[in-house]
Amino acid sequence: MSGRPKVLLLVTLVACAVLSSFSGKISPYYYDVIIGIGINIILAASLNLINGYTGQFSLGHAGFMAVGAYSSAWLSLTFGYSFGLGTFATTSTYFLALVAGGLMAALAGLAVGIPSLRLRGDYLAIVTLGFNEIIKGIIQNAEPLGAQRGLGGMVQHTNFFWTFAFAALTVYVVLSLVHSTYGSGFLAVRDDEIAAEAMGINTTKYKVLAFVVGAFFAGVAGGLYAHFKQFIHPEGFNFLRSFDIVVMVILGGMGSTAGVCLAAVLLTILPEWLRMVDDYPWLPEWLRPITENRMILYSLLLIILMLTRPQGLFGTENFRRRPA
Amino acid sequence: MQFGGLRCISDFSFSVEDGQLVGLIGPNGAGKTTVFNLITGVYRPTAGKIAFAGKSVIGHRPYRITARGIARTFQNIRLFSSLSVFDNVRAACNMHLRHGISHALLRGTGFDREEREIDSRIVELLEIFGLTAERDSSCRALPYGDQRRLEIVRALATRPKLLLLDEPAAGMNPTEKIELMKLIRFTQEKFGLAVLLVEHDMKVVMGICQRIAVLDYGKKIAEGTADEIQHDSKVIAAYLGKQTHA
Repeated sequence: MSGRPKVLLLVTLVACAVLSSFSGKISPYYYDVIIGIGINIILAASLNLINGYTGQFSLGHAGFMAVGAYSSAWLSLTFGYSFGLGTFATTSTYFLALVAGGLMAALAGLAVGIPSLRLRGDYLAIVTLGFNEIIKGIIQNAEPLGAQRGLGGMVQHTNFFWTFAFAALTVYVVLSLVHSTYGSGFLAVRDDEIAAEAMGINTTKYKVLAFVVGAFFAGVAGGLYAHFKQFIHPEGFNFLRSFDIVVMVILGGMGSTAGVCLAAVLLTILPEWLRMVDDYPWLPEWLRPITENRMILYSLLLIILMLTRPQGLFGTENFRRRPA
Repeated sequence: MQFGGLRCISDFSFSVEDGQLVGLIGPNGAGKTTVFNLITGVYRPTAGKIAFAGKSVIGHRPYRITARGIARTFQNIRLFSSLSVFDNVRAACNMHLRHGISHALLRGTGFDREEREIDSRIVELLEIFGLTAERDSSCRALPYGDQRRLEIVRALATRPKLLLLDEPAAGMNPTEKIELMKLIRFTQEKFGLAVLLVEHDMKVVMGICQRIAVLDYGKKIAEGTADEIQHDSKVIAAYLGKQTHA
């Protein structure tokens, strides 16, 4: 019964590798959107562990992403390209840079997870938001990281395979954790901290763990992003980016990984699709201005979705019991 | 125990022996639940001693105290509301896991074996308490009496030596109360537990407790068997009022 998730993960990884070989045939624009989808899946699924499954309210996910993006980019720029290495070696350095970026973000997650022990709800949201701004502020003033100019010059290592392999890994880790007796601690903390403590669950450990694991994958997503766009700027990791991810989690249904991934796909495509509306010949003239005001329409769609499905696309209770 | 200027529990000494069923009664606001919260580490006493199995439990986090063998239920039911009946009990099995996070991620044979052990333990517990049919339904969907029962099951899943029951009969009708009394007796004998029961319902307390302590305004005013308590003039004055036929 529990061998299945592992097999599924392997199959997905192979499928990613196969599909990746076709990526040359896709137009660069679509390719950009597809990679964006993968990165958003990682971000949303990992934030869902913190906000959805553990019931904390983090508004600083883009901060973790920034830590990962800048750490891995800096590592690549400093060590990755200096030796004239072969493909295999540069790919391994890239991989190591991603993991190191994730680890740095996890460390940041540990630092943010600790105040989370004393704060909950709105107060924690403000602290994490502050953390996000602090990270941005540090980067804006760090000369080695390009400060306000941004950081560029990374080789584009990120491709379809790496993005979706990590997306699959994120989903696997989150689901494996949550669907185990070990991971029932996350859910217990979300539902009732006092009862969880009374049942012998170390609530401190689970809250910090959620932050560390969530931040790790956000950091990896940042690394993937940095090595795809080949240019990163502090403003790309501001609180608006964090809000985007929170919206994906809420829209998908807090604590539903499938829903959150679907929301990540939808919310990546939707703004792009609204951009293209202009090209449809059947569209009446008076509707044309949509393209200029697409962010208004985007927000409107979010409001309508939340009014009609406040529990999110998938709701919270798609809790599949393992067959006994 | 003192909350700011309010002295809550001031003169209370009391013990539960192995395998004994002891009742703790007292009028509203006497401090019964506070005693529970002190024992389970939710509050830290400002003065005094609390020991379990010869060792002090003061200053430990609640989950450490549970790990030492004290489990509890809550006066106002606190189940994990978004989880199924089964998963509620499973969460309480968390502390006895031999393996950590790596097992949950790698999902090897050791993980399988342990999860199966836990599954069968939960199934067994649910069976004993007649909740097998509801195992996959949401715990919120259970009738009130079953929710109380599930709380006891969940507490038992932590393998306690001492079980603290905080008003288990609250909100139950007379038939359910009789069922509950049987259940508590049965649980105590079957699992060889010491039980400390806080309860408002005199019939329940008098019916099953071997020893009863009476708390009033944070002071112990009497202790003894059901019979002794019923005839204690202080208790009658403080709690039962003038109606001596209680």
